[in-house]
Amino acid sequence: MVVSRKSELPIFWLMRIVTYLIVLVTLYIVIDIVVGGLPAISWEFLTAMPQRSGTMGGIGPVILGTIYLIGGTAIIAIPLGIASAIYLAEYAKPTRFTNLIRLAITTLAGVPSIVFGLFGLGLFVLLFGLGTSVIAGSFTLACLIMPTIIVASEESIRAVPRAFREGALALGASKWQMIKTQVLPYSIPGMMTGSILGISRAAGETAPIMFTAAVFFTRSTPTLTKPVMALPFHLFTLSTQVPEIEKVRPMQYGTALVLISVVVGFSLIAVLVRTYYRSKYKW
Amino acid sequence: MVTPQVSIKNLNFFYDSTQALKDITIDIPKGSVTALIGPSGCGKSTFLRTLNRMNDIIEGTRVEGTVEIDNRDIYAKDVDIVKLRKQVGMVFQKPNPFPKSIFDNVAYGPRIHGQKNRAKLQEIVEKSLVRAALWDEVKDRLHTKGTDLSGGQQQRLCIARTLAVDPEIVLMDEPTSALDPQATSKIEDLISELSGRYTIVIVTHNMQQAARVSDYTAFFYEGEIIEFGKTKQVFTVPQKKQTEEYLTGKFS
Repeated sequence: MVVSRKSELPIFWLMRIVTYLIVLVTLYIVIDIVVGGLPAISWEFLTAMPQRSGTMGGIGPVILGTIYLIGGTAIIAIPLGIASAIYLAEYAKPTRFTNLIRLAITTLAGVPSIVFGLFGLGLFVLLFGLGTSVIAGSFTLACLIMPTIIVASEESIRAVPRAFREGALALGASKWQMIKTQVLPYSIPGMMTGSILGISRAAGETAPIMFTAAVFFTRSTPTLTKPVMALPFHLFTLSTQVPEIEKVRPMQYGTALVLISVVVGFSLIAVLVRTYYRSKYKW
Repeated sequence: MVTPQVSIKNLNFFYDSTQALKDITIDIPKGSVTALIGPSGCGKSTFLRTLNRMNDIIEGTRVEGTVEIDNRDIYAKDVDIVKLRKQVGMVFQKPNPFPKSIFDNVAYGPRIHGQKNRAKLQEIVEKSLVRAALWDEVKDRLHTKGTDLSGGQQQRLCIARTLAVDPEIVLMDEPTSALDPQATSKIEDLISELSGRYTIVIVTHNMQQAARVSDYTAFFYEGEIIEFGKTKQVFTVPQKKQTEEYLTGKFS
């Protein structure tokens, strides 16, 4: 092993301490939520309707609402995001216009989520007449996370060696055949990483669904065209709109724990897909 | 001279504003092995890649003049590039097997051209591997990864993969420059074996190799063909001073 020079040691230690600090903070949050939330978790809590402004009863439909929203977002954002990435990486000529598109995408990634919320309200809810609904919310969330997916996917497409492409083209593969057989299988892991990041973010966002999809309470079971209850929004209202805050504390923790679990669950699917493609198409 | 299979007339090639090939005119005879030699950056690889239009995928390139294969201009508007590359195969400098099984590597070409029949594929794979002199070494492990083979085997796998789509012309871009001497001599034997059945154009940095494997030699210098003729003639009685200087190692 190479021994670090003395002068490098302080920097080295600084990095180490920062890393530990980050891990520690994350761990603290997770443990706090698990410890606070576990007592609240019961079959009833996971399945029943909320009662009395969420201070009693469960969060069954709320969970379902979030699953609908995340699922809808994934179905819209992942294919569109990957398609744009393929276009940008493989087909778009490097003109000023495509650079502009790229700039727009990276800028979008930094736009505050409330802006997406208002945009979704204007475009999907009002202009397209989708109303406050799962569909409108999913489209809004998809807009929010698409930049992340596009950027990550484009990177991973570009990382596929030129030799793979040339090998295929030289055998008479059409461009799309080349992309389908020699580029996509090898870039799917990177695409999945981008999708995981995006989906996790979408699952936790409150602002974009506040105006487009979520309501604090509805009796109807979730459907695509109706407003739904959703975990982050539920948590938000539990924390701000209920007078006796101490009484709902377990409910808040329980909801947070469930939200985190749902996010982890969705990420896990993407991780599985990634692992499968990594092992099958190792290079 | 035998009937030309590839006939190049007044070919000019540009990367943006730099001219890489200048007024190339040669006929490449059918069933022969033609070696392209010359110092680095003289345009021989670029020239090779104009024959299957692989330069098309590089932004900002431009071609003037004609390249006719079997009397058809391959740069004409109505040319199907898929068919062209099926007819004109290519083996690259660095062996580039796909990270798939040996079988799938060889079957890749036939598959993208629509061959689905398992038995037929099996037959093509075996025939191609036999022709590429690799069959005996891999016949018991067709389903291991092509990338796990040694460098020389990988290159022969790439040759088999090229032969699997049944080309008439095979372009080889310094196919042995990444290989050890033993693997190199195997590839050279293979080239001799394949000549006659296929028209082979090979770029090489190794003049002995050119002398050993080729029937015709073209000497490139600064984007031009200085001399083109029977290999024996070019190597023993070069007509041009530059050729002689290059062959005797005065510059490289």
